[in-house]
Formats: sequence, structure tokens, C-alpha cells
Amino acid sequence: MAVSTDRKQLDARALRADFPIFEQLIHGKPLAYLDSANSSQKPRQVIDAMSAFYETSYANVHRAVHVLGERATAGLEGAREKVRTFLNAPETREVIFVRNATEALNLVAYSWGGNNLGPGDAVVVTELEHHSNFVPWQYIAHRQGAEFLMLPLDDNGEVDLSGLDAIARDHTVKVVATNLVSNALGTIHDVGPLTRWAHGQGAIFVCDAAQAAPHMHVDVQALDCDFLAISGHKMCGPSGIGALWGRAELLQKMEPFLLGGHMINSVRYEKTTWGELPHKFEAGTSPIAEAVGLGAAVDYLEAAGPDAIEAHEHELVAYALERMAEVPGITLYGPPAERRAGVVSFNLEDIHPHDVAQILDRQGVAIRAGHHCCQPLMHKLGVAATNRASFYLYTLREEIDQLVEGLHTVRKVFA
Amino acid sequence: MNEFEQMYREVILDHYKNPRGHGVLEHADAEAEGQNPLCGDEVSIYVAFGDDGETIDEVKFSGRGCAISQAATSMLTEMVQGRTATEVATLDKDELLEEIGIPLTPVRLKCAMLGLTTLKVALHKAKGTPLPQGLAGFDELELT
Repeated sequence: MAVSTDRKQLDARALRADFPIFEQLIHGKPLAYLDSANSSQKPRQVIDAMSAFYETSYANVHRAVHVLGERATAGLEGAREKVRTFLNAPETREVIFVRNATEALNLVAYSWGGNNLGPGDAVVVTELEHHSNFVPWQYIAHRQGAEFLMLPLDDNGEVDLSGLDAIARDHTVKVVATNLVSNALGTIHDVGPLTRWAHGQGAIFVCDAAQAAPHMHVDVQALDCDFLAISGHKMCGPSGIGALWGRAELLQKMEPFLLGGHMINSVRYEKTTWGELPHKFEAGTSPIAEAVGLGAAVDYLEAAGPDAIEAHEHELVAYALERMAEVPGITLYGPPAERRAGVVSFNLEDIHPHDVAQILDRQGVAIRAGHHCCQPLMHKLGVAATNRASFYLYTLREEIDQLVEGLHTVRKVFA
Repeated sequence: MNEFEQMYREVILDHYKNPRGHGVLEHADAEAEGQNPLCGDEVSIYVAFGDDGETIDEVKFSGRGCAISQAATSMLTEMVQGRTATEVATLDKDELLEEIGIPLTPVRLKCAMLGLTTLKVALHKAKGTPLPQGLAGFDELELT
């Protein structure tokens, strides 16, 4: 894909120098880390921000009157504002810190679904969902006596929207939930038609952006979604923190998800009242240093430029699809390069992905092998598992060369 | 290729490519299906007892999975032939690990144990004996 000259170009080699993890050999080989869709590596800027915070500013937030408490609160709330800007959310109080996208989606399923779903209602997801945007909806729909419906993939791996009219005829659709980028195939979804349909039904539209936010510009207002979930660890931030964005008017009407300290307004023996947004949804001590780390990660991604990251990944994916197609016996899954983020799922003859991944590991190449928390999709593809190589802003072409070489070795071992 | 031979001994690849006891027993005295939720590996095990209702006369397995899980199950079918159900139901996993004979990471250990765990569940169910701790969850969560 051509990158226009007026756009910021990404220098992956320069960025890579920010990531200490690459300063080591794995099994005596340079590390080709092709597992970023699983979890990304962390730049020194994020690690240092967290260390500095612990060394100079750590205390609990929101309730300490001392100076450290003030600094810590400023760190947490500053990170919230950074996430708001990153997602182009209208209001800072709409950003709820959670552990990860899974918790964010559970929060919506329980707190919104638990009070708004009932018999005759339907929740609609797609066959391409990560379990995190599938299982909570399946569970809450069944628990509430509502229907749980799945839009299938067509033969080209695209979500088949032809059944929408029939669904609308037979059900009151209350929730439509889908990802923006598939973690298993890398497909970048054009969710516009589905969003408009959902809103036409009076349903809420829930976006799992865990795989999209690291790789491209995500704008909650342009998407016109109602809830959106991200995970810090996939976007150069620490593990243990993610964010839910939700429309304030919806969040205000919802019951809390977790109960306890910090989320209250007043507690009496007879009755407890809930705090204001975002605190109503942030019971207990927050992941404070993690929030600071997430804020630093957002700064890092903004500096690199989400558009430049996306362009870089498109280039890598196009190169990988071309190089990997040279390997005899390989099956490549997913859409053409221009429609996917930096993910290539594949199988090599009938060699099990665990065996492929283990032999690659010996050659310094880290990939994911398994069902990628997408068992419905694996079932559709007729496989138990796939291999998945995934790329990020620090990925170099020679890592893909190392992968291709490794795949030839795998074939020799299993010949 | 030395480093890879260490990971996949010739005997493992041989069992993987030519599994012993591969198939289904139509009227099995004991059977169970196990899955490794980490990677989607599946193994079904079928056991026929001898006339004493105790000696393992025949073991077959079907399923799909990685070389380690399938080869380990294949080795297991040879290992337990002619032994008693009671003995095999409490078989020490080290006996199988010795047979496999390669170092296994924690994730691969789960692959290697899939067949043995499934066999133990099958035997306990057939005998009506309670599943030992650790296998109880397996029966609930991973058997479908």
C-alpha cells in the first residue's frame, strides 16, 4: 500500500530501539516477536513512566490529602484524559478504567444487559468474535431469557448481513456487539452498516476495539457506537488495565457492576447510593501505576501516529502474504492485505500449530498457536487451531524472513 | 537438526505418524472424551476389559492434536495393554513421561497428559469410582 508523502512515515527500526525486550537473544537467535496481537511489547517510555511514578508519586488516589495522594490522583486522571483524547470521546467521565477489554465487555453485559434484556429480546454478535465479546453476551442473554444470535461468515470470511431483516422481523434487537478488527484473521470491519441497522432497531452498538486501537485511529464519535472496549496490554501499555468508553446518558442509567469502596456516594445501613461517573464503575483501588503506563502508551502511539502504524502494518502484511505463499503446503486464512491489520493466520500441511510454534520458537520466532479464543471461527474454518503471526509498529521485514525460513525447517522436521 | 531431534525424538515422530491403537471400539466397556482447552486438542479413548472385567484387553483412541498429544496417547495404549484398570486408573504420570523422554514445557506437559487423563476418567467412570482431585474439574469442564 502506498503511503502518501504528506503523511507521517513510520521508522520501525528507530521505534524498535525503544523496546528493551529486543536487546536479547532467544535460543541464541535474534528475537522475531510475531505475537503482538496476543500482547504487545512495551517501550522504555512506558516502563520508565511507571517506574518514575512508583519512585516519586505513588499513593492511593482520590482520598489522600497529602501531596503524594494529589500526585497519584493527577496521574490517574491525567491518563483518563489522554484516553479520552485518543478515542475522541466527548467527555472524560465516560472513560472507565477496568482490567482489560474482557472486563469492559462483561461490565456492559451485566450492568446494561442484566437490566434491559428479557424474553423476546435478542443480542446479536458475529461468528468472528473473540470469546470476550461472545461468551458474556451468550451468558447474559440466556440468563435473562433473551435470544442469542450469531451473524455467520460467508464463504469469503465476511460477516453475512443478509439475515438482518429476518432477525428484525422476529425479535426485538437490544444489543449488537462486534469487533472492529478480528484478532484471529486481522479483518478490518466496516461496521457502518451494522451500526446503522442496530440503531434503526433501537439497539445499542457495542464495539470490541481491543485489536483495533493498537493499529489504527479509533474514534467513538465517528463510529457512532454506544460502548467501546480497549486493552492496554495490546497497545504498548501494561497488562492489568483497559478502558470502557460508554455514552454518559447510558452509563448514568446503569446499575454498577462491582460494588464496594470508592464507587459510592453515601452508605447507610438501610441504603447505599452510587457515586458519579466514572467512579460508580471503579470500585476498589484502581490500577494506578498501570493507568499512568497506559497514558504513556497513548502518548507513544500518538507520537508514532495511528495512521502511520496502520500503513506500516499493511506493508508488512502484504510482504508476509507474498513471502509465506512461497512455502509449500501452507494455507493462509483471512482477507486481502488492504483489508487487514497486521495479522496472518495459517496452517502448514497437517502439522499441528503447537508443533509449528515450538520449532519456530527454537529459531527465535515467537508466534501464537491455538484457537485464539475464537472457537466458533475455528469450527467454521474446520480446524482445531491455526498458527498466527502478528505484526506491530516495531516489526521489521527481516523478522518475516526469519519466520519463512523457520517454516521451511518445520517442514523438514515433519517430512 | 540436533536441537530439533531433542524436541521431537524419532520415536515420537514415529508414534505421531503411525499411531498405535488408533480407532474406535464400538462396544467399549469404558470410554471418555478429553479436550485441551488451550489448543483445542481432542482425544477419545475406548477400553475393552477381559473376561475378568478388570484387565485392559484393548485400548483405542481417536482424535486430533499436536505431535506430543497424539504420540503420547499412542505410547500410552501400548503401555497399559494387559494391566488392570485399578492400576492404570492411578498410574503415575512419570511412567508416561519417561517413555516420552523429552523435556516438556508446562504448556506441552498438558498436551502430553491429555491421553492419560482421559483414560483415567474413562476407567473411573466405568468402575464407578470417584474421580481423584484434579480430575474432577476435568470431567466437568473439559469433557463434552
